[in-house]
Amino acid sequence: MASRVVMPKLSDTMEEGRILRWLKKEGDPVETGQALAEVETDKATVEMEAYTSGIVRKLVASEGQTVKIGHQIAVIGTADEDISALLPAPSSAAPAIEIAASPNPPAVAPAPRQADPVASSAEAGGGHHLKASPLALRMAAESGVALAGVRGTGPQGRIIKRDIEAALAGVAPSAPSSADASRSRSLLMAAGRDTAPESEDIALSPIRRTIAKRLVQSKGPVPHFYLTIDVAMDRVWDAYKALRDQKSSISINDIVIKATALALRQHPDINASFAGDHVKQFTHVHIGMAVALDDGLITPVLRDADLKPLEEISEETRVLADRARARKLQPSEYTGATFSISNLGMMGIEEFSAIINPPEAAILAVGSVRQVPVVVDGQVRAGYRMKATLSVDHRVADGASGARFMQTLKRFLEHPLLMA
Amino acid sequence: MPLITYRDALNQALREELRRDPNVFLMGEEVGVYQGAYKVSKGLLQEFGERRIIDTPITEEGFTGVGIGAAMVGLRPIIEMMTWNFSLLAMDQIINGAAKLLYMSGGQFKMPIVVRGPGGAAHQLAAQHSQSIESWYAHVPGLKVVAPSTPYDAKGLLKSAIRDDDPVIFFEGETLYGLKGEVPAEEYTVPIGVADIKRHGSDVTLVAWSKMVSVAMKAADQLAAEGISCEIVDPRSLRPFDDAPILESIRKTNRCVIVEEGWPYAGIGAQIAYQIQQAMFGELDAPVTRVTGADVPMPYAKNLEHMAMPSPARVVAAVRDVLYLE
Repeated sequence: MASRVVMPKLSDTMEEGRILRWLKKEGDPVETGQALAEVETDKATVEMEAYTSGIVRKLVASEGQTVKIGHQIAVIGTADEDISALLPAPSSAAPAIEIAASPNPPAVAPAPRQADPVASSAEAGGGHHLKASPLALRMAAESGVALAGVRGTGPQGRIIKRDIEAALAGVAPSAPSSADASRSRSLLMAAGRDTAPESEDIALSPIRRTIAKRLVQSKGPVPHFYLTIDVAMDRVWDAYKALRDQKSSISINDIVIKATALALRQHPDINASFAGDHVKQFTHVHIGMAVALDDGLITPVLRDADLKPLEEISEETRVLADRARARKLQPSEYTGATFSISNLGMMGIEEFSAIINPPEAAILAVGSVRQVPVVVDGQVRAGYRMKATLSVDHRVADGASGARFMQTLKRFLEHPLLMA
Repeated sequence: MPLITYRDALNQALREELRRDPNVFLMGEEVGVYQGAYKVSKGLLQEFGERRIIDTPITEEGFTGVGIGAAMVGLRPIIEMMTWNFSLLAMDQIINGAAKLLYMSGGQFKMPIVVRGPGGAAHQLAAQHSQSIESWYAHVPGLKVVAPSTPYDAKGLLKSAIRDDDPVIFFEGETLYGLKGEVPAEEYTVPIGVADIKRHGSDVTLVAWSKMVSVAMKAADQLAAEGISCEIVDPRSLRPFDDAPILESIRKTNRCVIVEEGWPYAGIGAQIAYQIQQAMFGELDAPVTRVTGADVPMPYAKNLEHMAMPSPARVVAAVRDVLYLE
């Protein structure tokens, strides 16, 4: 299926480009992403890439010719299909694609808006049906992306900048090559992969961008070391089952949070933060609990966890986790933690080590509670064990301090009544 | 660099210009013996005497008219409105006199007058004493209108306003007078008609002036914690309006939120939004959005007053909206 190649907008002030040199001849094959021509823009000389794969059937513009953005410069298609419909009329430098340069923009007429009497509501999304933002329209026109094929992620399916960017990155399907009947090819076809692009670029959501930025800030400069304990969870397990029979919704994780908070109170050197030329030890124990979202994770904070009874911890963790998943957390609810806990036990992970959330000094990674054979008084029995790994910032605490904290945590979990 | 209050910055500007040019004088209610209703003119009567620092009766129309007459014959008056709400009584003088006499006299009468005072809300001053009416004056050809947000801008712009041969409407803020900021000890001015980027960013363009700059800043801090980077452009002058930095910013961010204290209908934000979509239609990924004061007379009750004004939370919500975030 042949398509027109147009002069793309290669810099944000560019209005036209001069083709200095074609890098492909008529008849050459070209792949998406390969350089097609050297183009001189208002700012620099740039290589423009092909956005589709196929055979270069016709070079419409010649070397040395200046072409306005959006105007046609070539045709790419299969080797033998009829491309006469895609060639420009002989007389003109007529644009292949209408650009919204005229005073009245084409196609999309936004519905007239009622006066907005209440100033407080933001106006961008509400009640305004717009098929595509002006920017998206312009980007589509300049790059030859067909709007009909783009999925809009704005309100009411509005096509916006990020949608055109995604469409440009995950390019048009390659033209099927003729008569390649090898077995691997039919496997690809069966899997739907013969016409699929090599990869899909998934735009970073703001939350993913933030995670990336912050954790590089942690893993890079922070010297992590790791301490693992294997905790005998039999008494906690029994307590948990008894609570469940009483219709309480207190979970193992709630108990781990309480034990951790109390242990932190006894080991303030772990409830701290590296501050350049000193260590800040926090007076309060605010536990950040990692909650998984579709596109990342966020850590809502349970304040003064050492002072709260289990019921309250359980209720609050549930409320915060729900708010986190509904994206309704206020900044005051996910900042200010002095220590974090990440629990992947419910996802079957036995043991893992987590990355410290800056500027905290430590994070506890909790695994699943497993029923395993254990040795007690020389006899092998069934018992419940749970691994927990502490990551510590070595600038704040040493192995011995971390180990002492873990010993206290283990003691609380193995003798839960000590927490009362 | 010295750290001084917005009030002291204005005081320094007045003092320096009064020393520089004997034709400059200050007139208004309580500016002399009382040292200024908000102490902006503290110490000036002592230094410059009764002919230069003039206490007036409570008669805005009268003393504004006197100032306009003085300007017509070559003096350089600074008229103080105790608050801009009271200027309603002097509007005929300001609009039909100050704004138009240069034009109507064919250039024979210059109008080097400054009318200055605090505008907008403070705390529970209620319906008649909390108005942000910059747009009423910016609407009038023949006037210049400025609204500085920092001590640095306040001093520089007041000096420029006093030296300007055209009538300048100067909006301060009661809750800005105590704001501290760095102000050079050496002489400087800030040109009228030039905007300032108060914070650089890349994800969204915020436009804010006067008290709203700090609201925008707080919102930007909150958004930064979520990884969203805001650029804040402070126009400083509302007429003439420097839109170039705003347009350049939108070329980068593709979206804009205007934060203004005044009422929404036909406010300054509406004019800015018009200019933006005229110049940058193809660059906009979302409609230009405003966060404004509520379209009501200012309530007296503290909780309602809070709800009637722009807040960082409302700005954060508007930014998330133009970024199409949940």
